[in-house]
Amino acid sequence: MVERLEHEVEAGAVPADGAAVRERLIEILAEVASTGRGPIDLSGEPAVLLMVGVNGTGKTTTIGKVAWHLSKELGLSVLLAAGDTYRAAASEQLDKWAERAGVELVGSTSGGDPGAVAFDAITAARARNVDVVIVDTAGRLHTQGDLMDELGKVRRVIAKQVPGAPHETLIVIDATTGQNGLRQAKVFAEAVDVDGVVLTKLDGTAKGGIVLAIASELGIPVKLIGTGESLEDLRPFDPADFARALLSE
Amino acid sequence: MFDQLSERLQATLSDVRSRGKLTEADVDSAMREIRLALLEADVNFKVVKSFTAALKERCLEAEVLGSLNPGQQVVKIVDEELTALMGGVGSELAFAANGPTVILMAGLQGSGKTTACAKLAHYFAKDGKDVALAACDVYRPAAIEQLVSIGERAGAHVYQQGADSDPVEIAAWALDRAREERRDVLIVDTAGRLHIDEDLMAELARIRKRTKPHDVLLVVDAMTGQDAVGVAESFAEVAEFDGIVMTKLDGDARGGAALSVKAVTGKPIMFASTGEKLPDFDRFHPERMASRILGMGDVLSLIEKAEQEVDQRQTEDLQKKLESDSFTLEDLLKQMRQVRKLGPLSSLLGMMPGMGAMKQIKNADVSEGELDRVEAIILSMTPAERADPSLINGSRRKRIANGSGTKIQQVKQLIKQFEQMRKMMRQMVSGKIPNAQQLAQTTSEVQRPRVRRR
Repeated sequence: MVERLEHEVEAGAVPADGAAVRERLIEILAEVASTGRGPIDLSGEPAVLLMVGVNGTGKTTTIGKVAWHLSKELGLSVLLAAGDTYRAAASEQLDKWAERAGVELVGSTSGGDPGAVAFDAITAARARNVDVVIVDTAGRLHTQGDLMDELGKVRRVIAKQVPGAPHETLIVIDATTGQNGLRQAKVFAEAVDVDGVVLTKLDGTAKGGIVLAIASELGIPVKLIGTGESLEDLRPFDPADFARALLSE
Repeated sequence: MFDQLSERLQATLSDVRSRGKLTEADVDSAMREIRLALLEADVNFKVVKSFTAALKERCLEAEVLGSLNPGQQVVKIVDEELTALMGGVGSELAFAANGPTVILMAGLQGSGKTTACAKLAHYFAKDGKDVALAACDVYRPAAIEQLVSIGERAGAHVYQQGADSDPVEIAAWALDRAREERRDVLIVDTAGRLHIDEDLMAELARIRKRTKPHDVLLVVDAMTGQDAVGVAESFAEVAEFDGIVMTKLDGDARGGAALSVKAVTGKPIMFASTGEKLPDFDRFHPERMASRILGMGDVLSLIEKAEQEVDQRQTEDLQKKLESDSFTLEDLLKQMRQVRKLGPLSSLLGMMPGMGAMKQIKNADVSEGELDRVEAIILSMTPAERADPSLINGSRRKRIANGSGTKIQQVKQLIKQFEQMRKMMRQMVSGKIPNAQQLAQTTSEVQRPRVRRR
């Protein structure tokens, strides 16, 4: 990126003054960040969204927000699947979000099989004619091979149920994550074919520069950003805004 | 843990070590490598700068360069400086002279506070302490339910008033109860908060004022990047924390957060959380971590763990069996189960000197699944077969493979390796110790039978 900018300045395409170079840099950053962008695919019947990520990035919170947006703004009926059967009270947590967002939930018990939860949720969604199913999963570190295999299984269960599903697999990445985020995205993408990134906790001081590396090296675009703890704190990703924020102090 | 950093530092240092003489230029280039390795590991750039400056100064002292083995000296200095960077010799928690010791936990959202609270409770409970937890996270949905559930699993009492009370009041009320009920330790869980959220930070300060904790611990996700430093600084101002709990160290974090926070805040890392389960939590020892990063192993931790978990009598039995050459597959199974009690294999290997650098082991996918398979195979054998594997003929092999859900080749492989292992043990007992290379080869074969799967 830096090389390209230098080249353009030398060639005279960009005037050699600070502000202009800065503007051009923002453009270039935004271009990298917008790799292969596309809207979230809701074409399936039902459309199935699968949320994955390491522990504590904000998967469950993000699901609550996405559900609220889909139901309130697009008028879609949504069903949440509590696929995190590992962490204590994860199903209760999702239940509260479902209540806040006014959507339905297929709960689970601790220690249950996440694949079975996904299966039940999709069956229920079919029976009730629900438009979108969002499947939560337990946070897992990408270094835990067997847990990553389990995730692959959840995905296969979903794929068998609905053709083309999961229509959208989103990895949730915490903006405070360092260089390690690239590795996370890579390993998760190998296990479950990630379509996009949800970058959370951008309301802090972290800027989430790691998504640039994810976009340019893995071609996985950021689709949504999380900026707080309320239902409405979720926005589509805007590469230009992101690039500008990255350079601001 | 910190593999990448570890690898780069070790490569640089082995280069330095291999030289008979060191010039200033050699030291310079080594310092440049170390600087790059640290920066790539997300260590804060200011910390890197002062760290390498201090390192260089010490390395250039006349006695180092003029010593008989300057390379070795440099390694020693790096080890010492890394230890100092992470907090020097392990610091201790403050305990109350009488009444409950109050520990307040704080941190960003998703850093792992609630889990860390339960693990800390388990850590104390294991020592026979009577522990209580105060559920003050009224913001995150179901956070209280989570604490109740894992807190009880950890053997602690959980004080909670639901999500409608004020966290400051809950904390004060919980402290009163802990006093009344004469608990030894009260751990206060708080909601995750952004360090720039003034209201919530003020609330944290109020909780601190009301409960007068003996220790305030900041929970930090080891995977945090450059932002870790800013977060820690802000929390240091408001919460005046005494130490840090580093979580998610079982991932492939590069180590930036762990290496930066002490230098920036002056507060040591006190605990490290290294897995999903309650016991995956221990005191953090900077000196041991430093030697692990430098590939010198952490035999001390390994021994401590072994002392806690390994059954002494069984070990003595095993010793006798080894000496009398009557080690059977049954013993192998027992042994495997004992070792597995110590934790995941990959973390054990990291504690062995030199093991981290050994290619065979690194590449061997030391997954617990492979060990499960070995267990299953042995469990599908009859006692007679376990005692004498030579009994196992074609049809028995088939039965064992079917019974354990494995392939005939895998059964064969295991028996072959077992025979090799016995041979090696015989050598060991007779005083001829096999070299590590040989050992590594057998281990990696056991874990990865050469069978094409799928």
